[in-house]
Amino acid sequence: MAETPVVELCAVRRAFGSHLALDGLSFAAAPGTVTVLLGPNGAGKTTAVRMITGALRTDDGSVRTFGLDPAVHGADVRRRCGVVSAKPALYDRLSGWDNLVYAAELYGLGPAAPIEESAARFGIEDALGLRVGGYSTGMKTRLALARAVLHNPDLLLLDEPTSGLDPESSRAVLHLIDDLAAQGRTVIMCTHLLLEAEGLADQVVMLDQGRALVAGPPDELVRQVWPRPWLVIDAEDRRTLHRVRAVPGVVSVDAPEDGPWRVELDDLARVPDLVTELAFHGLRLTRVAPHEPTLEELYFALRGGPAASPALGEPVMPRVRVG
Amino acid sequence: MTATVAPAGYRRPRPPSRSRVLVVARTDLRQLYQSPDFWVPMMVLAGFFFVVAPAGLLFAVTHISRSDLVQKVGATLSVLPGSARAAINQRAPHASAAVKASYALAVYLFAPLAVIVPMTISTAVGANCLVGERERGTGEFLAHAPVTERELYLGKLIASLVPGYLTTLVGFGIYSLVVNLIVGPHVGGWFFPTGQWWLLMLWVVPPFLALTLSVVLRLSARVKSAAASQQASGLVTLPAIIVAYAQSSGALFTHGIGNLWVGCVAWVLALVGLRRGARAVTRARLLGVDGDLG
Repeated sequence: MAETPVVELCAVRRAFGSHLALDGLSFAAAPGTVTVLLGPNGAGKTTAVRMITGALRTDDGSVRTFGLDPAVHGADVRRRCGVVSAKPALYDRLSGWDNLVYAAELYGLGPAAPIEESAARFGIEDALGLRVGGYSTGMKTRLALARAVLHNPDLLLLDEPTSGLDPESSRAVLHLIDDLAAQGRTVIMCTHLLLEAEGLADQVVMLDQGRALVAGPPDELVRQVWPRPWLVIDAEDRRTLHRVRAVPGVVSVDAPEDGPWRVELDDLARVPDLVTELAFHGLRLTRVAPHEPTLEELYFALRGGPAASPALGEPVMPRVRVG
Repeated sequence: MTATVAPAGYRRPRPPSRSRVLVVARTDLRQLYQSPDFWVPMMVLAGFFFVVAPAGLLFAVTHISRSDLVQKVGATLSVLPGSARAAINQRAPHASAAVKASYALAVYLFAPLAVIVPMTISTAVGANCLVGERERGTGEFLAHAPVTERELYLGKLIASLVPGYLTTLVGFGIYSLVVNLIVGPHVGGWFFPTGQWWLLMLWVVPPFLALTLSVVLRLSARVKSAAASQQASGLVTLPAIIVAYAQSSGALFTHGIGNLWVGCVAWVLALVGLRRGARAVTRARLLGVDGDLG
């Protein structure tokens, strides 16, 4: 029997005035997985997070967190959630220590709250005595993360956790998130940075205008959109590459004027024959490599945009999976 | 007999956790303490109304022998109600007009200060406390935390009430010392606070303060910015201050059960106001996404 999802949204709608923030959003997050909500600003990611903890109510549809309706059992749900919002939401006039103590007291942890351990985990323990107003953006994010895990939550909701961070700090934060996921926590992370989602997500939910365009494991989504393998090839004289069109197994070719060609094959096992055939016709190949479409390509293929992929042919729209 | 069945999905609200209410209040007070730019002007205000102004005026009346000044101040006696004049004559039957005037100033005419100071301070704190969470982005933290809206409201209420009322109690203590030291020797020893003042401080001022805060917190939960909240609170609380001013003055001029009634009515109004005000705090408003935000 399939495990009960930690979070399950089903056809959730929520409007703010005339603006429809969520328009029938559905997705589910299994226990111990990292789900990345991917989408541009205003796609509905933050609203989805707020629905999950019961901070906001739905206009229509249903939300279940730990199997409970957060609109009814909000306190029980929120006690088991740790949230890092897009802005760190820290009290600037208080010290780092006082910020953590406040959270510990609200979550009813008592004097045994692991404040120092939590801060040490994110490398912020030396700054606990300082006022948060004097922290750098990276330090604030680390403190917000330390606060979010203070009560050992079962579900972590991270809304743009690397927003405003330099690349080094971003990487460190992503490593920390990876560690938390490795410890079996369910993580839902919002981002508009495709590179962040890559490698971190067990499941990607691509949002646009409050709807899920697709949902599923990244490699599965890529396979659904581009079911056949792609190859990148280049030659000393690109004009000779036109011969590739006649090679058996080649389904389609993308031939940009200023770069290597991309070739869609019916099977990756055709590559040795393709190379032999081209070499037989005198082509001096300088590059032959399989092309793994990235989430970025997938994203723009589905949404349309600057990198929408004539390069990768017309996408096959996959279905949104729930559960 | 029919049993009441709760509708599906309904869950009886839990009573507020006293500890979480106190945690919210304590944290707000700690932040206030960390902000001298806020509390120093408030202390200056309290110091002026409770110490500087009364001490200067009383000292001038009792120690400067300018007949015109004494006459002007002595004229205040004529505007007091008969009961107040009788009380003064009973306390210092053979005292000069200047001494009687200073006694009247100390006991009757500075009374409204005891109302204005706490209301001003508490309004300033309360106006910022909920909208401030939203403006700083910390409302997001509270919206996702396991604290109920009512706990939050009560915590904010305490955090707004304590600075104003504490300042007033301390100011009242210093004021008592000042008037006893300046006027006391002329009227046969320490005379202040009188019974009516105790009643005012402990029974009349707190409900007026709570009533004012119930309006201020409601505004703070609903408006978009701290500046708007301060402005609206100032306008809304002005009538409340005037009413409180009049009532507190009246409470000092009357005797017996009448003063208790003023307090009783104020308490009832305050409790109704607080109960209604608590509904203004919602998670959507903490997040700043409520459609009603004006």
